[in-house]
Amino acid sequence: MIPISWYLILAAALFSIGLFGVLARKNAVAILLGVELMLNAVNINLVTFWRYNAPETVTGQVFAIIVFAVAAAEVAVGLALIISIYRNRNTIVADDLDMMKW
Amino acid sequence: MQITQILFLIFAAIILGSAFKVVTTKKMIHAAFWLIVTLFGVAALYAMLNAGFMAMVQIVVYVGAIAILFIFAIMLTRKELLDSAAPLNKNWTVAALFALLSFSGLFTLLNNWRGFANTAPELSADMDTITELGTALVTPNAYLLPFEVASVLLLAALIGAVYVANEAKSE
Repeated sequence: MIPISWYLILAAALFSIGLFGVLARKNAVAILLGVELMLNAVNINLVTFWRYNAPETVTGQVFAIIVFAVAAAEVAVGLALIISIYRNRNTIVADDLDMMKW
Repeated sequence: MQITQILFLIFAAIILGSAFKVVTTKKMIHAAFWLIVTLFGVAALYAMLNAGFMAMVQIVVYVGAIAILFIFAIMLTRKELLDSAAPLNKNWTVAALFALLSFSGLFTLLNNWRGFANTAPELSADMDTITELGTALVTPNAYLLPFEVASVLLLAALIGAVYVANEAKSE
């Protein structure tokens, strides 16, 4: 059997990789890709805790499904914003989007 | 070492390797393809955790919808300049430090938890998680309200996305 620690360490590593992507990438779409990796790490944790602590209930899976819905909403709005920015400013490099800097 | 452990290690290597490629690849379209590999790996993990429905939803929603949306957005915002420039900004060492810090912090936090070496309880043979899940999502005493709220959130987000991305030409 696989101990719970394996899944949790894998999720922590995936979350950290996603965090690195969010902080270090130039392209705004790549930043959203990093956010997706972080959300996937969270979902792995939710399903793992469901399986190891309360497999007789469905709470953990319902929680993970809500995270799916929120992730889909986040991607739709985020990509729409990026496309709109690209149309108006002709760039999606996050460093160049500084029109709100005073 | 058991066969499930070997399988887990293979999937973990696929997930972490492709996730690393997602955050470092120069070409954005390749990053999106690597993301698809990561998502398939995560779906395999869900299958190993006896969450078959989650595995299918992962493939249908993430690979089928979200990854395709990413590929569309990358193609719509494409510039040769972006593909040839460095993919990481100048603060990437600080970002790597933060990522390492978060990983070590999470690791020590988990290491102090006494249930860290728990193994999964056996599932009873007559258990049908998918039926239970489906019933729970439409039962008023269970999760009907969160389910409907999630639907409304998705609808609002999609209408908002259409409005933001579709700029009127007359203005």
